[in-house]
Amino acid sequence: MSLAKHWRLQDQRYKLIGGQCEACGVRLFPQRQVCPQCKSQQVRPYEFGGEGRVYSYTVVYDAPAGYEAFIPYVAALVRLDEGPMITAQLTDVDLNDVQIGMPVEMVTRRLRQYGEEGLIVYGYKFRKPLPDQPA
Amino acid sequence: MGRVYVIGSGQTPVGEHWDRSARDLAVASILDAMQGAGIPEADAIYVGNALGGELTGQEHVAALIADFAGLDGIEALRVEAAGASGGAAVRMGYLAVTSGLKDIVIVTGVEKMSDLAGPAVEEALVTAADEEYEAIHGLSLVALNALLMRRYMYEHGLERRDFAHFPVNAHRNASNNEHAMFRRPITVDQYENARLVADPIGLLDPAPAADGAATIILCSEKVAGTKPDSAVEIIASAVATDAIALHDRQNPLFLQGTYESARRAYAQAGIGPDDIGVYEPHDAFSIMAALSLEACGFASEGQGVRLAMDGEITLEGRIPICTMGGLKGRGYPVGASGVYQIVELVQQLRGDAGANQVDSRLGMAQSMGGSGATTVTHILKSLH
Amino acid sequence: MMKPMREVGIVGYGAYIPCYRISAAEISRVWKMGEDTLHLDEKAVPGMDEDTTTIAIEAARNALRKAQLDAEKLGAIWVGSESKPYSVKPTATIVAQAVGATPHTSAADWEFACKAGTEAMQAAFGYVGSGMADYAMAIGADTAQGRPGDQLEYTAGAGGAAFIIGPGEESMAYLEGSHSYVSDTPDFFRRPSQQYPTHGSRFTGEPAYFTHSFMAVRCLMDELGYGPEDYDKVVFHQPNSKFPVRLAKRLGFVREQFDDGLLVSFIGNAYAASSPLGLAAILDKADVGERILLASFGSGAGSDAFSFVTTDLITTGRNPLPTVSQYVNRRQEIDYARYTRHRGKLSMS
Repeated sequence: MSLAKHWRLQDQRYKLIGGQCEACGVRLFPQRQVCPQCKSQQVRPYEFGGEGRVYSYTVVYDAPAGYEAFIPYVAALVRLDEGPMITAQLTDVDLNDVQIGMPVEMVTRRLRQYGEEGLIVYGYKFRKPLPDQPA
Repeated sequence: MGRVYVIGSGQTPVGEHWDRSARDLAVASILDAMQGAGIPEADAIYVGNALGGELTGQEHVAALIADFAGLDGIEALRVEAAGASGGAAVRMGYLAVTSGLKDIVIVTGVEKMSDLAGPAVEEALVTAADEEYEAIHGLSLVALNALLMRRYMYEHGLERRDFAHFPVNAHRNASNNEHAMFRRPITVDQYENARLVADPIGLLDPAPAADGAATIILCSEKVAGTKPDSAVEIIASAVATDAIALHDRQNPLFLQGTYESARRAYAQAGIGPDDIGVYEPHDAFSIMAALSLEACGFASEGQGVRLAMDGEITLEGRIPICTMGGLKGRGYPVGASGVYQIVELVQQLRGDAGANQVDSRLGMAQSMGGSGATTVTHILKSLH
Repeated sequence: MMKPMREVGIVGYGAYIPCYRISAAEISRVWKMGEDTLHLDEKAVPGMDEDTTTIAIEAARNALRKAQLDAEKLGAIWVGSESKPYSVKPTATIVAQAVGATPHTSAADWEFACKAGTEAMQAAFGYVGSGMADYAMAIGADTAQGRPGDQLEYTAGAGGAAFIIGPGEESMAYLEGSHSYVSDTPDFFRRPSQQYPTHGSRFTGEPAYFTHSFMAVRCLMDELGYGPEDYDKVVFHQPNSKFPVRLAKRLGFVREQFDDGLLVSFIGNAYAASSPLGLAAILDKADVGERILLASFGSGAGSDAFSFVTTDLITTGRNPLPTVSQYVNRRQEIDYARYTRHRGKLSMS
């Protein structure tokens, strides 16, 4: 459990702040110093909107240590609307109701905690978008 | 650059060695190899070990093993590249010999995994992936490969059971390998009915965690000349990398790093995929085996699984793979697997593969770390 | 009556309710062989990855979108809850960081059982009213716990509502005045080492809930010179489906006035979010120029009563955002076994 490491990652995890290359315009998550496309070092912070589509998903039944309490859970690769792909869990979903291509939106949830006495780590997960029109 | 040969090898059986530590296993394989090759001493030892710290609390294993193997004062370094650690150690040995700086080099791969249980092992294995952007989300390596397998099934119209041919082939071959962890064949039905670990990957798909150590002795042309009957030449050695995180890859279903590593190796050897008679891929998961076949040019994109369904990966097929069981049937002591692959290719190329013998002069081994973030390719040629 | 020197009001608000539901019938099946459901239908249950912090964050984000306000302009983010994930470490700083209000802001957690959220609202009205800040956010959020098999288990729900308090001229609903009424009445409480609260059963009724709620409202209405007929909508704290109805009638209100804000049968008692969510539900449907009464109740005990009047911003400022009823209607029913996993009632060590 590293307090400092999780603290450093808050902007990415809470607000989906990645990067945009000023030279070629490509958007990245997470931010990097070197643009993977054009190798420019002019990469500035960019806040993503949180909307995307499911590229692939899996239902995890055997979890790594620290995540056993959550099984079964859905992990996915999500293609954000702005371009980059992101790895995250899907939440508030019926396990049988997930499809490749389905639209999703970012929410902030508990990723894990370090025991009953340790840090609680919050970060991004994705769920089916709430409808925009009043019911 | 000088030519590089393998003149000896040794291996422990792969399995759960409750009574032996990593140190014990490594030393046993080293002594076995040195004795078999008639080599009393060496100029260096490179040790491939991926998870010594995570799983046993022991880093710095090369110095430790060198000491306990009686190799006082020898140049000894540990090499780590997750699942490719063994192959990477072979690479270091190759570089040392081809550069002309060393005449005889020991390369050992060792992993001790049974000291910890399930979730703790999964947690250790996922250090091969991107900790801050993949592992933190509860992804295990199985789950990461499941994401690839599901997408592949979606794009190419395949079912889970179509992938069974990889483990079925692996177990069939392992049943004739006295060092393999699993000695009984499995069926397609058993594969399909095994419980899910991370959907769509079931229990009979992932290569199992295990303990084991394997050693090869590399030498220069000068030394090889003194043992003409046992020498097998390494005619190509190449490493390439790719983004660690699947989400950072241009096309997650194309192993760009594996493609590049194979391309460099083919170029060095002056050959192409059609010339390879035996291929030992990093079949940690059937999807990795399929994507590796495609990246190396044995099958076109999207045809890797179909190649297996058509029976072309068996000993009798067009491109036999996992001829002594592969990671799946032999077992997968992570950092040791890359060296086991070379040991087995040497067996094939010397004609010592018994019931699993393939008639071939050229064999290729690929050791991968983190689902293709590091790929180490070696091509070996028999001298007969 | 309390009223700042500067005109203040609600410039934006947001809600959040988790999607899982467990029916009273299902709880009763496990504990009472199906007898006695306490007249509730179901209650909201947080997901395994949800807590007061995550609930508060979504409610806060919704409020900022509705107010179309840059989070950096907030002078305070205050979270009222009795289910803080950390006993020591403010939920409010996590919310503030997540919505982009840090670092130049005040932040703290408030506690007064089920009225912690409206407690924060009172303070926010004073903060903005004094000119110390132009905007302050008050959030009531909870993931309530009930002892297994106890009456409270049927009602202990979850949810959150956030209110951004700002200048009266920018408000969707401006504040006419408020009144707080408290006393040391130990009707319901929890000691630090305990996972579940202790309650005084029937003692929580007349001496606690009814006395304080009634008095806060009565004093406010007397000070403003209003009768029950002057209010278009009213909302009270909802610990169960009977108390708020009985209170409304005692104060002279009728069903058409309190129906829009009555959520307890659908989501249970959301504790510090209970009456705030009711207010949000009312604001979702309110017309221009409606007078609304909010009276919370917190055990320990006390009540905050507020009188609001909606402005034309209540309709023109209405973004196509999730409404309370959309969150209410977003539901996935679970059984008691799964409920115990969600609520951490299984000992894992």
